[in-house]
Amino acid sequence: MRVLSRLSCCLAALLLTACGGKPGDAQLVVYTARAEHLIQPLLLRYTEETGIPIRFVTDKAGPLLARLAAEGEATQADVLITVDAGNLWQAAQQDLLQAIDSPILEANVPAHLRDPEDRWFGLSLRARTIIHSTERVDPEELNTYAGLADDRWRGRLCLRTSKEVYNQSLVATMIASGGETETETLVRGWVDNLAAPPFASDTQVIEAIAAGQCDLGLVNSYYLGRLQRQQPDLPVALFWPDQAAGERGVHVNVSGAGVTRHSPRPEAARAFIEWLSAGEAQRLFASLNLEYPVNPEVAPAPLVAAWGEFRADDINLSTAGELQAAAVRLMDRAGYH
Amino acid sequence: MATAPPLQPDLGAAKLPARALRGPERGAGWHLVALAIAMPALAVLLVVAAALLRPDGEVWAHLSAHVLPRASWNTLWLVLGVGLGVSVLGTGLAALVALCEFPGRAFFAWALLLPLAVPAYVLATVYIGLFDYAGPLQTLLREHLPGVPGIEVRNRWGVMAVLVLALYPYVYLVVRNALASQGARLMEVARLLGHRPGQAFRRAALPLALPWIGGGTLLAMMETLADFGAVAAFNYDTLTTAIYRTWYGLFSVSGALQIAAVLLLFVLALLALEQRARAGQRFVTLGAAPVQRRRLAPRGAWLATLICGLVWLLAFALPVSQLLLWALREIDSLDRRYWLLAANSLQLALGAALLLPALALTLSWAQRRAPSAAMGWLARLATLGYAMPGALLAVAFFAAAGTLLKVFPDLAGLLRGSILLLLTAYAVRFLAVAATPVNGAALRLKPSIEEAARNLGVSGFRLFLRVHLPLLRGGVLTAALLVFVDVMKEMPITLMTRPFGWDTLAVRIFEFTTEGQWQRAALPALAIVAVGLLPTYWLHRGSEHAPLS
Repeated sequence: MRVLSRLSCCLAALLLTACGGKPGDAQLVVYTARAEHLIQPLLLRYTEETGIPIRFVTDKAGPLLARLAAEGEATQADVLITVDAGNLWQAAQQDLLQAIDSPILEANVPAHLRDPEDRWFGLSLRARTIIHSTERVDPEELNTYAGLADDRWRGRLCLRTSKEVYNQSLVATMIASGGETETETLVRGWVDNLAAPPFASDTQVIEAIAAGQCDLGLVNSYYLGRLQRQQPDLPVALFWPDQAAGERGVHVNVSGAGVTRHSPRPEAARAFIEWLSAGEAQRLFASLNLEYPVNPEVAPAPLVAAWGEFRADDINLSTAGELQAAAVRLMDRAGYH
Repeated sequence: MATAPPLQPDLGAAKLPARALRGPERGAGWHLVALAIAMPALAVLLVVAAALLRPDGEVWAHLSAHVLPRASWNTLWLVLGVGLGVSVLGTGLAALVALCEFPGRAFFAWALLLPLAVPAYVLATVYIGLFDYAGPLQTLLREHLPGVPGIEVRNRWGVMAVLVLALYPYVYLVVRNALASQGARLMEVARLLGHRPGQAFRRAALPLALPWIGGGTLLAMMETLADFGAVAAFNYDTLTTAIYRTWYGLFSVSGALQIAAVLLLFVLALLALEQRARAGQRFVTLGAAPVQRRRLAPRGAWLATLICGLVWLLAFALPVSQLLLWALREIDSLDRRYWLLAANSLQLALGAALLLPALALTLSWAQRRAPSAAMGWLARLATLGYAMPGALLAVAFFAAAGTLLKVFPDLAGLLRGSILLLLTAYAVRFLAVAATPVNGAALRLKPSIEEAARNLGVSGFRLFLRVHLPLLRGGVLTAALLVFVDVMKEMPITLMTRPFGWDTLAVRIFEFTTEGQWQRAALPALAIVAVGLLPTYWLHRGSEHAPLS
């Protein structure tokens, strides 16, 4: 039994040593759904430049919002960073963010990439676009997102699951521009064209196209960038749809940030988000994940720039949040799983 | 307790003279103890149940028309398939290792436990990567045999196979210990009575191992119900994915909690049924003679080696080799921080592996001292968290804890930055894992030993410490091992409840997988397996050599 008592002592010691360590006032606390390796280099640099230490926790957006809601006024968090406009919209909707009055952010972030009420600001831009086999698809055959529902692609299309928020945002903005009925017909057309059941990730979609399981699909551009770093001669290429006059343009989404409703240090939080929106920080924020900077003054990484220029859809991204639930229901009805 | 009932008072126990000494007020005390242990789980269940009071009509109409029928059907298939698979595979392997002698038996006895250390979501990703259309195997096939049609592995059978490989060790471990401690003796008796070996197993050892097979299988089925990682990798829609779709996609946390509530009601019914099916059965240990394993004939022996080897290869060696290959490409990112992550993982897992078996033991003891219907329900409710999707449990737990902290603000200062909350959440999630082996062992405590000890003047806590605890050692060690590896792999609760600075290896995996970077996640995944190996070996030794009474 000596073992047992020794073990209980260990347990008690463990619990006690783990206590303490309250964050002081001279620092920031960040809750981030953007993965650690994409955000930590920026946090370190900010601390280097300003002397302000930053603590952060990572989690998925859903649990982070639930955590903020449960903590209420007692929260230590100052800044919420998350991917996808739908999540940002939802955070604002649940009154977890406060409005930021910042001329700097208004100048750096284009109007359609931020909340109309200034509760969140996009910081990097991701384009969800068509990817196709360079061996089996002539880019001349491609035109729009809607075109993927065309009969000629029967048994040739690969899609990621509709559980992925990027697809939900895409369909939400399609509802906004084309209406619900038309979008549902179109999504049914996509489902009819599938060569394989929907995949769990964009990377799998690209690999399936490269392997010949299907000929084209929809992905966020940075997933191709990552694969190209390892295998530069993958037989696939991006195509920018909906570029003709009167068409909607390429669907873009953001990862972005806001100041929490009960932030203990809202001024410092605002300054940090402002810092992220310009100059070297803005370049790094986007290029760490091969995304596009939101600030038009900042150039994207060379690998990203090599994919060519495109005209992006300029619908305000809060629409993606407002219509996300409608998009999910629509995809359920259309049998897009 | 889910799986192992308390001894029923009407089954003769009340006739023991010692029982007569127990007063009613003593029973009330034990009920309070059980209530205290079940309290965190009850709080979580209350949050879940409360969601039922605010039904979201629009969401439900949509879900029941377009999501739930398919998801329920898929879930039913998966849970039954995995249940059948793990009980057959786990029991078969356990019988081979515990009752037979064949080349490599000593190695497989513990090596077959190793898949415990490989998270199911890792296994799923590796298998899809290897065997799907774009994977190396099918690519090779196409290159050499043009015109071969692609084989789709991302379907019901694929996800079932992966979960069986990931979860069979729960059955294997629990049943192996049960068979090792009594099966061989029973087999001997059956052989003496003229049965052939196969017959002897079917008619003597197997029926008596049923409670343990049932317990391990129920654990695997609950884990299957709660699984998100593996089914998500296969894009196989279950009730769990429906829960997350409702939460993340339809922004309805209450809708998600409602689905979970219905799910948990079913699990509760299942647990009650299992308990009822076993009521009236009694199990006691036979004598403590050393176990004599049957030496198999050469052909049978090599077949046994082949089967064990194949399972070990598929469930452990293959996925770990793939992880190694991936990790080697990312070896540059192996920095000092991994020591810290591993230390955090280890501390949390050890803390839980100490705490949870202790709770399970207390609960089991309370059930033995003061059996009642209320006690049975408390024990069952306390273990229900194992069937609940982790992230949703985390949210419900957080909501419950948040309410508590609002009522007692002083507590907040005390708990902030402490891992006490995290360990409590682990207890809600994993108590079933600790309770199954502990109760299994308690099932076989002989009343006569208790009597003898009392006659010698040993009673109360000393009786427990000096007599019962040593007898329960095997069950407690098994519980500790299962809890340890489960906490090492746990992701959503750790993510949400950890204090600053308590990043673990599983959190590191999350950082990469959330961005779809599976190959980069191989390094932390491998680290989890590595950190899990030593205690697995150590506890295996401990549990195999535990006194058998």
